[in-house]
Amino acid sequence: MLSIQNLHANVDDKHILKGLNLEIKPGEVHAIMGPNGSGKSTLGHVLSGRDGYEVTDGAVQFLEKDLLEMETEERAREGLFLAFQYPVEIPGVSNMEFLKASVDAVRAHRGEDALDSVAFMKKAREFCKAVDLNQDFLKRGVNEGFSGGEKKRNEIMQMMLLQPRLAILDETDSGLDIDALQVVAEGVNSLRAADRSFIVVTHYQRLLNYIQPDYVHVLAGGKIVKSGGKELALELEEKGYGWLENEVA
Amino acid sequence: MLDIQQTLIDDEAGPSWLADFQTANNNLWSSQNWPTRKTESWKYTSLKAIETGGYRPRSAINSGSDQAQANGAVSGSVIESVIASSRIEGLETIDVVFVNGAFSPSLSSVDTLPSGVELCLFSQANSQQQADIREHLGSVAKAEQHVFVALNGGQLKDGVFVKVQKNTVVDNPVRVLWITTQQKQSLALAQRLLVVVEEGAKASIVEQFVSSEEEQNCFTHGVTELVLQDNSKLFHYRLHQEQEKTALVSGVHAKLLRSATLESFYLAFGGTIKRLDVVVDHQGQGAHCEMNGVYLPRNSQHVDFHTCIEHAVPHCTTNEVFRGIIGDSAKAVFNGRIHIHKDAQKTLAQLSNKNLLTSNKAEIDTKPELEIYADDVQCAHGATVAQLDEMSLHYLRTRGVSTEEAKVMLSFGFINALVDQVHHQAIANYLRPILANLFAQDPELMRHIA
Repeated sequence: MLSIQNLHANVDDKHILKGLNLEIKPGEVHAIMGPNGSGKSTLGHVLSGRDGYEVTDGAVQFLEKDLLEMETEERAREGLFLAFQYPVEIPGVSNMEFLKASVDAVRAHRGEDALDSVAFMKKAREFCKAVDLNQDFLKRGVNEGFSGGEKKRNEIMQMMLLQPRLAILDETDSGLDIDALQVVAEGVNSLRAADRSFIVVTHYQRLLNYIQPDYVHVLAGGKIVKSGGKELALELEEKGYGWLENEVA
Repeated sequence: MLDIQQTLIDDEAGPSWLADFQTANNNLWSSQNWPTRKTESWKYTSLKAIETGGYRPRSAINSGSDQAQANGAVSGSVIESVIASSRIEGLETIDVVFVNGAFSPSLSSVDTLPSGVELCLFSQANSQQQADIREHLGSVAKAEQHVFVALNGGQLKDGVFVKVQKNTVVDNPVRVLWITTQQKQSLALAQRLLVVVEEGAKASIVEQFVSSEEEQNCFTHGVTELVLQDNSKLFHYRLHQEQEKTALVSGVHAKLLRSATLESFYLAFGGTIKRLDVVVDHQGQGAHCEMNGVYLPRNSQHVDFHTCIEHAVPHCTTNEVFRGIIGDSAKAVFNGRIHIHKDAQKTLAQLSNKNLLTSNKAEIDTKPELEIYADDVQCAHGATVAQLDEMSLHYLRTRGVSTEEAKVMLSFGFINALVDQVHHQAIANYLRPILANLFAQDPELMRHIA
């Protein structure tokens, strides 16, 4: 599904990712944990192709294709989805217009027929309900005036609509209360499938009680310093990250 | 008086009962200096296009065929297509239509008016209406402060008078449609509207300026005066959708008495020169002004908004938001002044102006001006000039939307955020496809937004 080898990346000439390696097979859920500033969010931005995130070395294959050669929108159409830590507000563009443009683009790339408005609205309503978002949100500007939790649920709702092959959840749990956390986790779990993988980037172990990962990795100093099963998350919760940083040093 | 000032006027008299008004304005026109780039309020807008455009009043043109065409003889199919494209679906309007400055009875629908609404041309006013017009005309727009108001007053042959009587609530807007077409001879046209909304009344006015698609050669100088009496409310729309060779210098001057509310929306495409002066005078306590506007010059067009809100008395509020998208080598000017007088305590005033430049050659000169002489007020103002937001663009692209379509959506959204707020949904629905079309040459790119 995804293969990252020796990935180095700079942001504003600052060396953030320093030789990151990661292999993800179809159907797997990988959690990436780590202290602040370790490069967790940078990884998501680099994989999504954000301007200003410069890859200086290494390679990334996504579904056997060279991911780094693709434009951001091509990556999305190929099935890569990034749930933002801070979803963007776009007043003046309705959520519905935005979602339809997105779904149309992805379906066209897959060679599927465009959904007509009725079929699209049916799906949109269904997924709104699944993440407990009021349907009125569809008519409002993209994320405009949404609370933190509503924005995160909107991200999950988009993921459900787009049915990606690989979803990266960038600190989707931050700022969520326990109810919202469960809604988000249920959304993710409902999409788990043999041909779909997830990267769950998180600072806390809490989310992993609801989304059971197959692997847990610790990102520190721009590379993965330790990998293990889900029990590693509990160990981190207990001990913090300090001992690992010492181990690496 | 310069030659140019001489060529824009004629000696033809307007209605005799306005002779003294006309004379006073003529005197102000000839005694005031022609604005140059050294005149502060004209610093960024050159009048050269008007100086060299050869514009003459219709009556100054004598030759036969030119005269006939100048009198409004234009092809019916041209007018039909302009009428069709200016039609606001879903909005029942009382239409007052002018073609190249001449009132068109056949295109207008003023024969049956809702009760409590008076509407007439100055030239057809009865004696009571004449008295009303004389009372209010020139009481809001100050010819001694605005040289083109003096020009307009001196050249006044006719105008539209609308009165909404006390406590009348009118749902259907009065729409004044100002149509120009290409003329054999470049014309200078005077447009005038006077609206009086009496105590407790509520009404809507749509002023729509449109043209045929061919290259325009008319110069319109216009003045709209809005008188909002105690507790009245007016929705005022001004839509400037003319072809890009249009020349226009126009003013909207409003006076708000006690607890009156003016809610206005402006839209302006660019022209050879397009200058709009908007003046709102809060004269009664508790008055409220909500003003949104968008300007969208492209190619080598020019558009200039000068707004001035006068807070002369306490407890009034102003909320003004203007946004512009300037493309190609177009130029926009925005000057937003809020003047809070010494006695205007407890004023709440906000002014925001945001601009998007979509080309390296595009230019915006923006200047919010807050002048405060009272000490117990809450005021804020701000102006920004930027490119499309990088993060928003990225967000849309991570959802598979192409860069081109994402740019169209974001440009549209930047403007549509204000269109979304207009009171009459039919007007918003009418404007959205027109705006979307402006940002997307390829229909594929606008299919999701309008």
